Amino acid sequence: MQSEGGAAGAVHGALQAGALATTFTSSQGLLLMLPNMFKIAGELTPTVFHVAARAIATHALSIFGDHSDVMAARPPGFALLCSSSVQEAQDLALIAHAATLESRVPFLHFFDGFRTSHELNTIERLTEDDVRGFLDEDLVAAHRARALTPDRPVLRGSAQNPDVFFQAREAANPYYAAVPSIVQRTMARFATLTGRRYRLFDYVGHPQAERVLVLMGSGAGAATEAVESLVKRGERVGLVIVRLFRPFSAAAFAATLPATVQAVVVLDRTKDPAAQAEPLFQEVITAFAESDDPMPLVTGGRYGLASKEFTPAMAKAALDSLDADVPRRRFTVGIVDDVTHLSLPVDRSFTAEPEDVVRAVFYGLGSDGTVGANRNSVKIIGESTGLHAQAHFVYDSKKSGSVTVSHLRFGPNPIHSTYLIDRASFVACHQFGLLERLEVLAVADEGATVLLNSPHGPDDTWDELPAEVQEQLIAKQLRLFVVDATAVAREAGLGRRVNTVLQTCFFALADVLPREEAIAAIKDAIRRTYGKRGEVMLERNFAAVDRALDGLHEVEIPVAVSSKLRRLPPVPVDAPDFVRHVTGAMIEGKGDLLPVSALPVDGTFPTGTAHFEKRSIAIEIPIWDHSICIDCAKCALVCPHAAIRLKVFAPEELEGAPEGFLSKEWKARDLPGMQMTVQVAPDDCTGCGICVETCPAHAKEAVGHRSINLEPKSEHLDRERERYDFFLSIPELDRALVEPATVKGSQLLQPLFEYSGACEGCGETPYLKLLTQLYGDRLLVANATGCSSIYGGNLPTTPWSQDANGRGPAWANSLFEDNAEFGLGMRLALDQQEASARALLPTVAPDLADEILTADQTTEAGIAAQRERVAVLRERLLDTDDNAEARRLLAIVDALVRKSVWLVGGDGWAYDIGFGGLDHVLASGRNVNVLVLDTEVYSNTGGQASKATPRGAVAKFASAGKRTRKKDLGQIAAQYGDVYVAQVAMGADNPQTVKALAEADAYDGPSLVLAYSHCIAHGIEIAKGMQQQKLAVDTGYWPLYRYDPRHTHAGEHPMRLDSRKPKLPLTAFTEREARFAMLKRSKPEEAARFEAQSQQDVDERWLVYEQLAQVEHEVEHEHTKQEETT
Amino acid sequence: MTVDLTSRYLGLQLASPIVASASPLTGEIDSLRALEEAGAAAVVLPSLFEEQLEHDQVELHSALEYGAHSFAEALTYLPEMDDYNTGPDAYLEHLAAAKEALSIPVIASLNGVTPGGWTRYAELLQQAGADAIELNVYAVETDPYTSAAGVEERTLRLVSSICSSVTVPVAVKVGPFYTSFANFAVRLADARADGLVLFNRFLQPDIDLETLTVVPRLHLSSNDELRLPLRWLAILHGRANISLAATSGVQTTEDVVKLLLCGADVVMVASQLLRAGPGLIRELTDGLGEWLGEREYASVEQLKGSMSQLACGNPRAFERAQYVRALVGFSPRDVAGQAERARVPDDSPA
Repeated sequence: MQSEGGAAGAVHGALQAGALATTFTSSQGLLLMLPNMFKIAGELTPTVFHVAARAIATHALSIFGDHSDVMAARPPGFALLCSSSVQEAQDLALIAHAATLESRVPFLHFFDGFRTSHELNTIERLTEDDVRGFLDEDLVAAHRARALTPDRPVLRGSAQNPDVFFQAREAANPYYAAVPSIVQRTMARFATLTGRRYRLFDYVGHPQAERVLVLMGSGAGAATEAVESLVKRGERVGLVIVRLFRPFSAAAFAATLPATVQAVVVLDRTKDPAAQAEPLFQEVITAFAESDDPMPLVTGGRYGLASKEFTPAMAKAALDSLDADVPRRRFTVGIVDDVTHLSLPVDRSFTAEPEDVVRAVFYGLGSDGTVGANRNSVKIIGESTGLHAQAHFVYDSKKSGSVTVSHLRFGPNPIHSTYLIDRASFVACHQFGLLERLEVLAVADEGATVLLNSPHGPDDTWDELPAEVQEQLIAKQLRLFVVDATAVAREAGLGRRVNTVLQTCFFALADVLPREEAIAAIKDAIRRTYGKRGEVMLERNFAAVDRALDGLHEVEIPVAVSSKLRRLPPVPVDAPDFVRHVTGAMIEGKGDLLPVSALPVDGTFPTGTAHFEKRSIAIEIPIWDHSICIDCAKCALVCPHAAIRLKVFAPEELEGAPEGFLSKEWKARDLPGMQMTVQVAPDDCTGCGICVETCPAHAKEAVGHRSINLEPKSEHLDRERERYDFFLSIPELDRALVEPATVKGSQLLQPLFEYSGACEGCGETPYLKLLTQLYGDRLLVANATGCSSIYGGNLPTTPWSQDANGRGPAWANSLFEDNAEFGLGMRLALDQQEASARALLPTVAPDLADEILTADQTTEAGIAAQRERVAVLRERLLDTDDNAEARRLLAIVDALVRKSVWLVGGDGWAYDIGFGGLDHVLASGRNVNVLVLDTEVYSNTGGQASKATPRGAVAKFASAGKRTRKKDLGQIAAQYGDVYVAQVAMGADNPQTVKALAEADAYDGPSLVLAYSHCIAHGIEIAKGMQQQKLAVDTGYWPLYRYDPRHTHAGEHPMRLDSRKPKLPLTAFTEREARFAMLKRSKPEEAARFEAQSQQDVDERWLVYEQLAQVEHEVEHEHTKQEETT
Repeated sequence: MTVDLTSRYLGLQLASPIVASASPLTGEIDSLRALEEAGAAAVVLPSLFEEQLEHDQVELHSALEYGAHSFAEALTYLPEMDDYNTGPDAYLEHLAAAKEALSIPVIASLNGVTPGGWTRYAELLQQAGADAIELNVYAVETDPYTSAAGVEERTLRLVSSICSSVTVPVAVKVGPFYTSFANFAVRLADARADGLVLFNRFLQPDIDLETLTVVPRLHLSSNDELRLPLRWLAILHGRANISLAATSGVQTTEDVVKLLLCGADVVMVASQLLRAGPGLIRELTDGLGEWLGEREYASVEQLKGSMSQLACGNPRAFERAQYVRALVGFSPRDVAGQAERARVPDDSPA
């Protein structure tokens, strides 16, 4: 569907037609379902919506878990049933389905996003027969009997007048009243079936508890451990775990509590900033208030927003807070609030974790496969040892070079520890380089075993460790084992994937299974994971497993620290205060420790921070050979990370250059006598190789040697760092000297989008970077949620940056679905401000008015001149601030300088979820520019099909190949007649791309630029992304064109085809992409059919476009003739 | 009198010595049927390339793993399929379908990379019903530290291990670039190879001058290339206990006859089949019958090897003498139309 709103509509329809329909969603998706949820509940329609409860975007987006979404979904009238563990998520799902059929009240079944939805744990599984047997066939039949059918026609969804609406609304009351007892009966039936017993409210703790904690969701795991531990220590405490939150049964709640209770603390995993208290608290206090029993003390706190850790120590802090002389009525726990001082102190030394649990933490990279291997390890332990096992994974927010931390527990009893490990008996570091960036050993418990992937061998590793690591090894009496997993993996043909080598070492050291058995189980798991892909990868992995232990050695730990190496500071010491104290802490993984006062109150952050975060993730970096460079600037244009820079400067700027700093004569005629340098940013480059593959300059003597070549970073790092620092100190060229609408010209301008955390070789970011070069200093960006909002705006840093004057793109992300409207709003505000300013100017500053109001701002020089005029005006206004009109003008005076508003997003936004709004905005006639970064799938969430997905490509939700052709968004927009439309592909024709972006900006009306963006979800060799773009154009898969409404006059043709008639068959493009090739192997006949149809699509589209390019849009009327002659 | 066209190759009794060699025509069931109808005595399927399978699997694996388990909101980027079919299944299915569709022997062809791969796939081919297996020993040895003897040893070990792991007959298709080919051929026979296919035409790369890139370029063979197998058939016939197949450049009935005269048990056709279509087989078979009939040969067996080195009057003719004659016999007239370009000096030996 176009969005979750549509999905809910489809579910609603299916239910009305008698299907047993369900859906799964989260966060903003749930909000989009609300209107249909009101309908479904209002019509007493049984269904279950399963929700991985996640935060709602407020001051920021967060993909992590809390109850904000579910709490926003209270009003429609769904019953809310909460699971607090992986086992419960299965069990209560079935209970919800059975209960909704009986009660006719729809259910929202939820569990905590990430903490529960992404946790691996040992569970007892229900069989299909269990499920079938549990659902009452008569109730199913009753549901079907209520369905719409012309054989028994009814009307549902009438419009009602004031006379009956109210009464009709009340008619459903008995059904809601019956829900609690139906759920309790269903739970009892479930206990008979499985032996697992649930109640509306479950109680844990002392039978005569005096203090009781109430909460729901995954926090129950940590709270249970805390309460059980405190009870063992003799404390009279208890815990109520809420399962059926709504309808809230006050009677069942009261019956759950021991009669001895004197004080109750309610914890909510959500924030309702304008309410007296959060929702669970409100239900609880209402229950107490209306009870005949004496009212205990009831307090309420917030915890765990956006997956903030919630530990037994925090549960204890909440219970302890009831013991205070004056207990806090409202509080938070888990953070330090130094502004409103609401946070409770937490005794972090308190632990309640069972002692018989083995805890292991693994630091790795996304690309080395650590997470995948650990997922297998948990399954192996769970299945082969009889032990219970749990795994939870933490990812950073980068899409390239991302760090992963895996938390594994195993022990003889079920594991309920729903929080990260902070005392590990086993710590593995799968990448030696992480030791200098992160406090890897902070989680190591006394005497823990440490496994390190080290290239240095058992004898030399010690000397290569940072002093902080040596200190921890000695102080905590850790045992250190090393293996050169990188070498073993490389020799086995596994590249950088060290996971199976280290997994084998883990099993050998953890001693959880006899060695032979462990190795057999690892191989079996490898077979299950990769088996379908063929024997080759299995054999390579098996070889790595077999060789792993040969290289595993223990390192003797000396008695004293000897290293001169220190861990690197997260940001340079001379960075601005905010960056050092706030951004730096986040980079270092210590963001949890930041107090409330450290953070902005409204989600506003400084731009230009990515350059402080030196991730240095490349293994190889491009090195410039200036002797054969042809000044084409393509390397800088295509670099997705702005890590290849080009500067043109006067020769005298070279004074003070480090020895060997490379430059050459700039050969363009417009800037004579200048030097140029192409320089890599060695710590910011990701080593993707896009620049190298694009470089057209070959050495005469060796064709393989280009003007830019990938070489090992270790050999060049120090020298290139020094060169890059000097390069940055060379002043930027005056923008007025440059013709921006050309490839070379654009690349002489400073990029104001740099070093993003996008995937290596990202196909989207080069377009954004180009936008900022063309008009970044006057750019407002409305960014739809998606990849670009993540690599553009996910903390700790942002790639959107500023020039030396402090100007740069102003960026905001509102939502996914509203981005076009959001950007339109920006345009309307600017237009209104400009209109007001223009109206005020003649009265306030008559002498300046004429020049400012008639200024030509179509060129860089024109804009620079206008900025100067406005600066003079501003000075004047500052001096006359006793004049009310002058003060009004001062506030909006910047609107007199032209601004460019760009609405940026992916195809998921533009083709699907945001299409309705986009269509409206395009029809508005306003001067907004839309850039669609078209990867043809929802890339950010893992490659789901969108309406931009081409026929025959496999994608999630289209694994048998998408059956329909791609939507032609460009032609839909062109039909309006006054929308500038361009379809571009930088890798195929970069001058056309630059020209289109410049024309779109210059066009005084709506513009739509569809930019083909290669993506890892295409399954391509990423370094060849730009070459794939060229093939897309050469095969006619992605024709290049510009539709310019300024050329609709008689005799002109607004549609201009910029690419040539396809000269290659479509397969020349598709056979190089796994998204097409996979289907060819998996379902060859289907694939062949799609292939033929897709070729036909291409041929027909070309035929139509060719004709469109001949179409004239204006009839020659008498008056137009006259205009031409006069 | 009808001529007996049957011939024995790899222990298989064939209706004639004309076999359709590996080509796109043997890759499709419809064209295989057409070849049988046209009288092909056997067919050789295109090769199962272990390297290709390996490459596909590695590529698929890296596409599926790229970016996976790195980012909380997207644990993978491509959908999981029921079956990726990266292994030999498609080939084995084609082989089984060919066996099902045809009554003539079907010879599977295999190009391996690893010792394990060669034997594993050979066994799979046998299980899928291959009547015989042709080992396509195709490797360009680029390591300057590998000796010629080493290459030969490795090939012999390989052949020997495959021959002991399958029960169907095994032929070895080799290139001509061995210093002492006769010796190598005899040792292949000792390694229990049942047949030798002469010769493998290596695909030679070409250069695209526009892009300065190396490009694969296939050209169809012509009967100029016939003379290399011709000589070696003549030399080997009767010297090694092994079936001999001739391939490369067979275009006409005359070509077939020449190869049989030198000792081929079968003559394989591919390039000319692609040019002329399956009907060529009928033409060659009929032509062979007529040629033999006109000259009152009773059978192909009678003809086979009658001009081999052992059988012919001038054994040296297949050795150096032949080379001398070629030079001595050269005149611009022999290469009509090329005389200008050849610019043979006036004092040439002619």
